[in-house]
Amino acid sequence: MSQSALTISGVDKFYGPIDRGVHAVQNLTMEIGRGEIVALLGSSGCGKTSTLRMIAGFEEVSRGTISVAGRKVHTLPPVKRNVAMAFEGYSLYPPLTVRENMAFALKAAKLPRSEVDAKVASIAKLLEIEDILERYPSSISGGQQQRASLGRALIRKADLHLLDEPMGQLEPQLRAVLRGRIKHFIKEQGLTAILVTHDQTEANALADRIAVMEGGVLQQFDTPDMIKQRPANLFTGTFVGEPPMNVFEAYVGTVADKINLRLPDGLSLDYDKDAFSGSVRDELVKRERVVIGIRPYAVRRSKDGVPATVSANQWLGDQTHIAADFAGGSLVLVEHDRTRLELGAPINISIDPKNLHVFDQSSGMAISHGMELA
Amino acid sequence: MEHTSPLERILRGTALTLVVIFFMFPIVWILMMSFQTNETILRIPPQLVFKPTLANYTALITGKLTTAAGTLDIAFMRNLWNSVFLSVTSVAVALLLGVPAAYAFARHKFRGSEDIAFTLLSFRFAPALLVLLPLTLYFQKLGLANTYIGLIWVYQLICLPLILWIVRGYFEDIPADIEYAYRIAGHSWFATFRKIALPLAGPGIAAAGLLAFIFAWNNFVFALVLASADKQPVTVGALAFITSSGIQYGQISAAIVLSITPTLALALYAQRYLVEGLSLGAVKG
Repeated sequence: MSQSALTISGVDKFYGPIDRGVHAVQNLTMEIGRGEIVALLGSSGCGKTSTLRMIAGFEEVSRGTISVAGRKVHTLPPVKRNVAMAFEGYSLYPPLTVRENMAFALKAAKLPRSEVDAKVASIAKLLEIEDILERYPSSISGGQQQRASLGRALIRKADLHLLDEPMGQLEPQLRAVLRGRIKHFIKEQGLTAILVTHDQTEANALADRIAVMEGGVLQQFDTPDMIKQRPANLFTGTFVGEPPMNVFEAYVGTVADKINLRLPDGLSLDYDKDAFSGSVRDELVKRERVVIGIRPYAVRRSKDGVPATVSANQWLGDQTHIAADFAGGSLVLVEHDRTRLELGAPINISIDPKNLHVFDQSSGMAISHGMELA
Repeated sequence: MEHTSPLERILRGTALTLVVIFFMFPIVWILMMSFQTNETILRIPPQLVFKPTLANYTALITGKLTTAAGTLDIAFMRNLWNSVFLSVTSVAVALLLGVPAAYAFARHKFRGSEDIAFTLLSFRFAPALLVLLPLTLYFQKLGLANTYIGLIWVYQLICLPLILWIVRGYFEDIPADIEYAYRIAGHSWFATFRKIALPLAGPGIAAAGLLAFIFAWNNFVFALVLASADKQPVTVGALAFITSSGIQYGQISAAIVLSITPTLALALYAQRYLVEGLSLGAVKG
């Protein structure tokens, strides 16, 4: 028996004629294990929802194959794929109450009444919708509809649970509580879930692994930690992380036993050659131009650093976000203390090479993260 | 409730009364005429007070029209039956063909789907008389002239485009994800069509069916040319009241009353259903 819950291999999706229409998903290959929670993360139009709908069977697969629990399903109708789905637009059946909506698939599967009632009760408790079970979809709020829709998907046994923006409409407090509960529920029941979201906090909180997509191409498929620490390319680096990673183009120069990363405006980050590991240093000096990335949390102020000018300063209650004009662009740094800096105040920035991400200037692929090669 | 001044209410009431009188007067007058003899009808000036008679209705129902020139057989009840049969069957056939077609056009965009849908609509553009001449020749060759099947077929030109286009709009308004949700919960494509799409589009289907029924019922020229007396509906049959000895106003009125009764009843009944269906707010995105 295969341990893979979902295998997508070489899948293309064209809207319109193959090879000539809009290429929404490009040569997508990924494998998801049983019991895993995976988030498809990306901005709108990145192909994540198309991917989900191809798995569910609502969109035709233009090329490639999709297998669920070892069965090739990409040519089967949705009914034969044994997947459950929560829709972004809720899509509850208007003539049925919330309870009937949730119990619907169970009844279709001919479960005994008592079991159906027990399951509805426990899911309703999980999602805090016990009080609206007898109401009709048109008479409840968007957030309640969304939870009902999520409940309708989670209540079913299926090889795969597909959740399309399952918490987009919920209030922040509730969202935080439900995230935890839902993750616990999915793990406890041993379900495999794929969640589509544009919210990286949600992806980080729920998912074991995140698939970052952009322009129909899978950019990186890894654990949340690895995506943060070792972004595969410039897109993932800047897309994941809040506030986003600071990036600058730099010319690599070597003077005596120093490596200089020369930035616009005549600024330069100078490091001892020994500050880098041997392999990273070799890769760096081979290149003339690179793109360097630095997380806002890793930017430090120090007296002997490179000069910058404060352009904005926000105290968010637990941390300070400082924006500064730097090297012809803008740089954001985060400090945990309440920093009082006037606009226009000069500061000096230093960046520890251990926190430096280096990307290839033309392809955007990662070269190194800190002391290690990508 | 919105606030309205007394003056506004009076003006509105007056306007409504005028409109009602304008539209209802002919019908009320016809209803009154249907209970009078030709003599009282043609009296000048016309009088509102008269001794009602059921003679017109008796004549229609027994099929014996007594005129100054003698007794004439008329097939009014047969015409009425033809109207009912032709309209009901045509609408039923059109619903059977049109609703699934509308669903297909709404849900599956395929190459040429818009063109096909438009072609079907274009049947409504063609003046009936233009179509009739070639159609008559074909029908005679095919043996369809003066048959119910032939007429029902031609009536599809009236009913099918109407139903197709109205119902298609209703299907398009149902979010596709509701159907997907049903399908992914373990139901076939056909079950989804039956259990989700059809009920949600119900009010639209009823409206389209009603409209098609009225159009079919009121059709005149197709049956006039393509059928003879025993297959013709009331619209054509009413010509029989223009006799050599004059126009039988009393009987025409009675015939009109009898022939609008079914459509009126259906409209009143379906209207209630329509309002119920729409006010449920069935489709909410």
